Amino acid sequence: MLKVDVSKKLANFELDTQFASDAGITALFGHSGSGKTTLVNAIAGLARPDRGSIEINGDCLFDSARGIDVAVENRRVGYVFQEGRLFPHLTVRGNLDYGYALARPAQRYVERKLVVDLLGLGHVLDRRPANLSGGEKQRVAIGRALLASPRVLLMDEPLAALDNLRKTEILRYVECLHDEIKVPIVYVTHAVEEIVRLADVVVLMAEGKVLATGKPSEVMGRAELRAHTGIFEGGTVIDAKVVAHDLKYDLTTLEFSGGELIVPGVDALPGEAMRLRVRARDVSIALTRPTDISLLNVLCGQVVEAVPGDDSTCNVRVDIGGVQLAARITRLSADRLGLQPGREVYAMIKAISLDR
Amino acid sequence: MPGLTAAEWEIIQLSLRVAFWSVLCSLPLAVAVAMLLARCKFPGKSLFDAVVHLPLVLPPVVIGYFLLLLLGRRGPLGALLDQYFGIVVAFRWTGAAIAAGIMGFPLMVRAIRLSLESIDTGLEAAARTLGARRWRVFLTITLPLAMPGILTGTLLSFARSLGEFGATITFVSNIPGETRTLPLAIYTLTQVPGGDAAALRLSIIAIVLSIIALMLSEWFVQRAQRRAKGRDA
Repeated sequence: MLKVDVSKKLANFELDTQFASDAGITALFGHSGSGKTTLVNAIAGLARPDRGSIEINGDCLFDSARGIDVAVENRRVGYVFQEGRLFPHLTVRGNLDYGYALARPAQRYVERKLVVDLLGLGHVLDRRPANLSGGEKQRVAIGRALLASPRVLLMDEPLAALDNLRKTEILRYVECLHDEIKVPIVYVTHAVEEIVRLADVVVLMAEGKVLATGKPSEVMGRAELRAHTGIFEGGTVIDAKVVAHDLKYDLTTLEFSGGELIVPGVDALPGEAMRLRVRARDVSIALTRPTDISLLNVLCGQVVEAVPGDDSTCNVRVDIGGVQLAARITRLSADRLGLQPGREVYAMIKAISLDR
Repeated sequence: MPGLTAAEWEIIQLSLRVAFWSVLCSLPLAVAVAMLLARCKFPGKSLFDAVVHLPLVLPPVVIGYFLLLLLGRRGPLGALLDQYFGIVVAFRWTGAAIAAGIMGFPLMVRAIRLSLESIDTGLEAAARTLGARRWRVFLTITLPLAMPGILTGTLLSFARSLGEFGATITFVSNIPGETRTLPLAIYTLTQVPGGDAAALRLSIIAIVLSIIALMLSEWFVQRAQRRAKGRDA
C-alpha cells in the first residue's frame, strides 16, 4: 500500500497531491508539466515536499509533522528514469549488480539470473551502456532497479525516448516482469495507450492536483475529465472477458457488463480478462436497429449527453449496461437524429483495439 | 650522450621525489577543493576561488617568501611544527615539495573541477536510489567519472612541480643534494664559468622527462576517457 499526501511549491503552480493505492500498477497520468515527475521524485526522496507524508506498506518515508525524512538510499524505492541513467563506466553486469550488492541479503527477493532471463539481457552483460540500443538501455535500467529489491518500482515515462517498436517491446517486458515478480509499480506517463494496457489504477493529474483516481475504464470514461484525458481524442475503455472462440471464422466473443462484442480471433483462454479501447470516431449512432449491415457489433443503450463541439462534431455518450460509450458524430447528424439524454439508440462499433 | 653521472642521477632522483610527493599530497586536497567549487554554494565562494588561483597569478617568489615567513623555523607555523612534532621543512626537500605542490595546486583543481562539472548529477541520484550512501556514490560513481580530469590535473601539477623554480629557491634555497632540483641545478650551472655543457645536458634530460610524462599521461587520459564515456575499452 502506497499512501502519498504531499504539497510543494513549484515554479508555476503548487503540487498538492493525495492518493493511495495498493494496485499492482498505478499510473500517474497527466500532461507534461503536471507535476508527475516531481511527485515520484518526492516518493524516491530526490525532491523534498514542503509538507505532507509518504508511506509504503505502513513504513513512513516522509512526514513533515513528525520530522521524518528517510534518506534516499534507505527508502528501498526503485527508480527507472526516463533517460535510463546507466552508469557509463560500468558494464551491464556492473550496472545490474550495483544495487543488488547493496541490498541486504534477507531483503532480496529476486536473483540476477531471473531478471537477466526475463529481460533478455544475457547477450549484453559484458557490454558498456554506450554500445547498447535504446531499448536495451531501458531494459538494463529496469533490471538494475529491480535487483536492488525495492518495495515499489517508480517508472518515469520509461518509454518516452523510444520509437514505437521499442515501446511495445518494453511494455511486454514490463507486463511479464509484473506477472513474475509481484513488485508494485508506479508508472508515470502521458500516453493513453500505456495506461490502458498496463494500469490497474490511474491517478489523473493536472497542475499538481489529483483530478481523479480509479480504474482506467472509469477515469477515462468520465465526461468532465475529457479536457485532461483528451489526448485520447475521445474514446472508451471497456473491461471484458473472453467467452468463446469461433474457429470457423476466426472470431472471438467477449462479454462485458453491457453485452457481447465480437472481435477478430484472440489468442486467449475463455474466462481471461481483456481490456478494449474504442475510439469515439469509430462509433456511429442509429435510432433503429440497423439490419443488413456488415458491422458485427451493434449495441443498444441510452443517450447520456450530446455535447456539440467547436467544429462540425458532436460528442455523444451512450450508456450501455453501465459503460459509457463515447461516440463522435457530426452536429448535423445529432440534430437530424434529435439526440436527447434518455433517448434509446443503437451504437455501431467499427473498430475495437485490444489490450491485455 | 654518454651515461648519466652520479651527480646528475642525484638531481633527477631529487626532482622526481619532490614532484612525486608534492602531487601525491596535494591530490586529495585538490579533489576536495574541486568538489567544493563544483558542487557547493557558500558565502565567499568567489573569494575562495580567487585564493585557490593565487599561485597561478602571483610571482612565484612571493609565494616562496610567504612560505618562508609562515613555515620558516621562526615562522608561526614552522615554530609550532618544530616544537611539537620535530618537523622542519625550511631548507629541506620536503619544503621544496610543499612549494611545488602549492604552485601546481590551481592547475590541478581547475582540471578536476572541469571534469566534475561535466558529470551528470542524475547518475549520482540514480546510485542513491539503488541504496548507495553519499561516500559510496562519490567513490564508485563520481571519482571514476572524473578520472580523466584527475589524471590531467595530476600531470599538469607534476610537470609544474618538475619545473618549479622561484618559490623553491626563495623558500628552501639551493642546497646541493637537498633542495637543488633540476631547474635550480641548471640555473646554478649557467652562473659558473664553463658550466654550459653540463647545463645543456640537464636541459635535455628535463625535455626527455617531460615528454615521457606527457606521453604516459596522454595514454592514461585516453583510457580513462573511454571508460568514463562507456565505450568498451
